[in-house]
Amino acid sequence: MKLLKYIIFFIICIIQSNLYADNNSILIDKISKNLRCLICQGQSVYDSQSEFANSIKILINKKIQEGNSEEEIYSYLKNKYGQWIVYDTEINKKTVYLWLFPVILFVFGGILIIRKVFIN
Amino acid sequence: MKKNFFYFILISLIIFVFVLLYTAVFKSKSYIPATTINKKIKEFSAKDLFTDNEIEIKDLIHDKKITIINIWSSWCAPCRNEHIYLMKLSQDSKINLIGLNYKDDRSKAEVFIQELGNPFFKILEDPDGLISIDMGAYGVPETYIIDDKLNIIRKFIGELTFSNYEEIIDIINK
Repeated sequence: MKLLKYIIFFIICIIQSNLYADNNSILIDKISKNLRCLICQGQSVYDSQSEFANSIKILINKKIQEGNSEEEIYSYLKNKYGQWIVYDTEINKKTVYLWLFPVILFVFGGILIIRKVFIN
Repeated sequence: MKKNFFYFILISLIIFVFVLLYTAVFKSKSYIPATTINKKIKEFSAKDLFTDNEIEIKDLIHDKKITIINIWSSWCAPCRNEHIYLMKLSQDSKINLIGLNYKDDRSKAEVFIQELGNPFFKILEDPDGLISIDMGAYGVPETYIIDDKLNIIRKFIGELTFSNYEEIIDIINK
């Protein structure tokens, strides 16, 4: 009976550690897919096999184990390499037009269509 | 009148988009992080390539006004090309030249140094590239000029050229 308890405890420990490892690797994949590789520009860190990309993957793993959040990892890398490294562009003074332009086009196009419909 | 105004806006918008896209065609597509930056290098420790002793970077620069950290690797061809300038720089007694060996095989790094000469006061190892990332580097070679407070004065991405060499000499003699 005691042996059975130990076996169950052992199995639970293995399942727990596997779950933890799985969660970590999912998060590493998610973050590395949102980062541009500076060596193979046009590829994400996830896809790239450059030395830089491999180091970034090690770094992400290390930072997660140290308890850093996704946002903290992004801001660390943005601080080192600039906003460019992240695919998800944040809204700031430099990127405001990038975000506003599609909205302006959408509104402008919408007005054109509405006018056309009403005139007809 | 209203209709004319509307077409004016539409044509202006089309011209604006055309000019924007046309100029973008001739712009360089590759991104290079800023090379003149007012940032600090975080303190780090690393193993000495030859002795295997753990060394603190602050111990290597504490009394030096200017230090040059060169990130290199034996498998990197541009590192071989720029080595001649590092050897020249090492002849200047005012220059404190530290090597950071990036993701390399120790024995191959030692052969590289034996073959081309050792310009470095110390060579530290960066086996997984994390120290280089912490410095803001993304490849080899990269060269950092830092002051005694670990502030980055200048950063060279890629192979050092003769004009870079002259610029370094100017910075040292300032």
